[in-house]
Amino acid sequence: MARSLTDAAVDMYQTRPERPRSARGRRAAGRARLRAPAWVGWLFVAPALLAYGLFVLWPLVLTVQYSLYRWNGIGASTWVGLDNYSKVFTDPELSATIVHAFELIVFFSAIPVLLGLAIAATIRRIATTRLALAARTVVFLPQVIPLVAAGIAWSWMLASDGAVNQLLSAVGLDGVTRAWLGDLSTALPAVGVIGAWVLLGLCTLLLLSGMSKIDAALYEAARLDGAGPIREFVSITVPSLRQEIGVCVTVTVIAALASFDVIYVSTQGGPGNATMVPGLEIFYQAFSEREVGVASALAVVLMALVLACVLPIQWLTRRREA
Amino acid sequence: MIVSRRERLTGRILLILLMAVTILPFVSLLTTALHESGTYPSGIAWPSDPQWGNFVDAFDGARMGEIMLSSTLIVLGVVPISLLLATMAGFAIGHIRMVGSGAVLILFVLGLTLPFEGIITPLYYQVRDLGLLNTRWAIILPLIGLFMPFSVVWMRAHFVNMPEELSEAARIDGASTWQLFWRIHVPLAMPAISSLAILLFLWTWNQFLLAIVLVDDPTKRTMAGALGAFQGQWGTDIPLLCAGSLLILTPTLIVFLVFQRRFVAALLQGSLKG
Repeated sequence: MARSLTDAAVDMYQTRPERPRSARGRRAAGRARLRAPAWVGWLFVAPALLAYGLFVLWPLVLTVQYSLYRWNGIGASTWVGLDNYSKVFTDPELSATIVHAFELIVFFSAIPVLLGLAIAATIRRIATTRLALAARTVVFLPQVIPLVAAGIAWSWMLASDGAVNQLLSAVGLDGVTRAWLGDLSTALPAVGVIGAWVLLGLCTLLLLSGMSKIDAALYEAARLDGAGPIREFVSITVPSLRQEIGVCVTVTVIAALASFDVIYVSTQGGPGNATMVPGLEIFYQAFSEREVGVASALAVVLMALVLACVLPIQWLTRRREA
Repeated sequence: MIVSRRERLTGRILLILLMAVTILPFVSLLTTALHESGTYPSGIAWPSDPQWGNFVDAFDGARMGEIMLSSTLIVLGVVPISLLLATMAGFAIGHIRMVGSGAVLILFVLGLTLPFEGIITPLYYQVRDLGLLNTRWAIILPLIGLFMPFSVVWMRAHFVNMPEELSEAARIDGASTWQLFWRIHVPLAMPAISSLAILLFLWTWNQFLLAIVLVDDPTKRTMAGALGAFQGQWGTDIPLLCAGSLLILTPTLIVFLVFQRRFVAALLQGSLKG
């Protein structure tokens, strides 16, 4: 699955290959007659559009509408204009969630992508050995299990009696052991580590499959010119992987900004407010605090942030290639 | 290829290290799950008296049989319909390419980045107004819509690469658009469809947010959603919680391992032909 999934993920972002348009004249005329009329095409799209419109686009419109009102979900609602938005940015508790989301990008994106690049480059040459094939299966496991289960496993590992502290003590680092998720200063990085664990395998495999498409002759030439592994990595591997890196960064940034499952089970946003992220805050505002307007404003901000981060990444990784 | 022995060795060590880090949480879950229920085992240690019975207790306590059935019903509701709708739409956008298909594609592509939390609030009220709260339909119907952007873009990526000559030949033989789609293009699209089916199965089975917001009764939720309730119920009994987590992640693990083998075989075939 790993291979076909990653390949297809890359294919999905690629633009349509140009079709040879030879012998246009007469053949094109014949083709037009053989083509289905436009309404048939629309008939094929209609059911998918209906499902998408009803359960995604329409709620999207409703979110924007709710965000302009004060509403407890039951009684009458009052128009408050942009008040909910100014609350999102001025209320320290709410604006902190956005800051946390960006801090998580370091763990969810930067670490998996950089580490994934390093690992993939190192194991590239032994990628077809039996050990590497086994590793392919193993490192994909975090993608397959429910994030909730990953959260439970890790919150136990990171507890004061957990495996992480056991390992640290074993190498003589008793001094730093603590309840990682319960400590104000380490809770957010600890949650980030869980995210990095989930995404590292995916990134490594994506990048590795990209590396397998790089022409081996390039590396041979570099070796003959006396280039070492690092020079090779910087001059050949990274530039050739622009597209795969783009996909990795896109996927992981979305995972960071929209994180919910792992944090819900491991810290519930605590201690205090230390790991509260927008997704979880929306959930609490809408269903515990009954502040539907505030929840919706934060939701709109979150969706705008995701687009604001993803669009430049897409633009950068595609444009240079053309 | 020129490969030095040192490179080979560092590669191997790195691979083993990577696998160890990946597996560590699973090992921790397993050893903890085997300790006596109600205790607080420390670190990773194989218990002197492994309590395999914990798995039975967790299975019964969480009514795992019912949850498994519920998840299966939800998957059966989501996956076939999503596949059909997405394949039809992907065919229209990628192959028929009628007027306006570019705009439809952009509409779906924009949905790719949408975090589910963004629309969960209105979805709740929408589902409530439909009278579907606390039923499996509350998860099935929204998920079909939410999976549509990815599924359509995925299927389009397949259809865009199908040669037009194929359809022309079928047209000349008098095939209608539906026959062209159903008799010729769907069979050819099976690899893409089955990969998509596996992904949709996983994402449905592991869906958490919709399950905890829209359905209160854990036995009508997805597997992952039920685990949330399970945590609330057994949060203080660490060994049982770990046993339950392992039980809940086993089905996806099995599906993955079964299909992984198929993919590895395909990979070997591909490199043989190459």
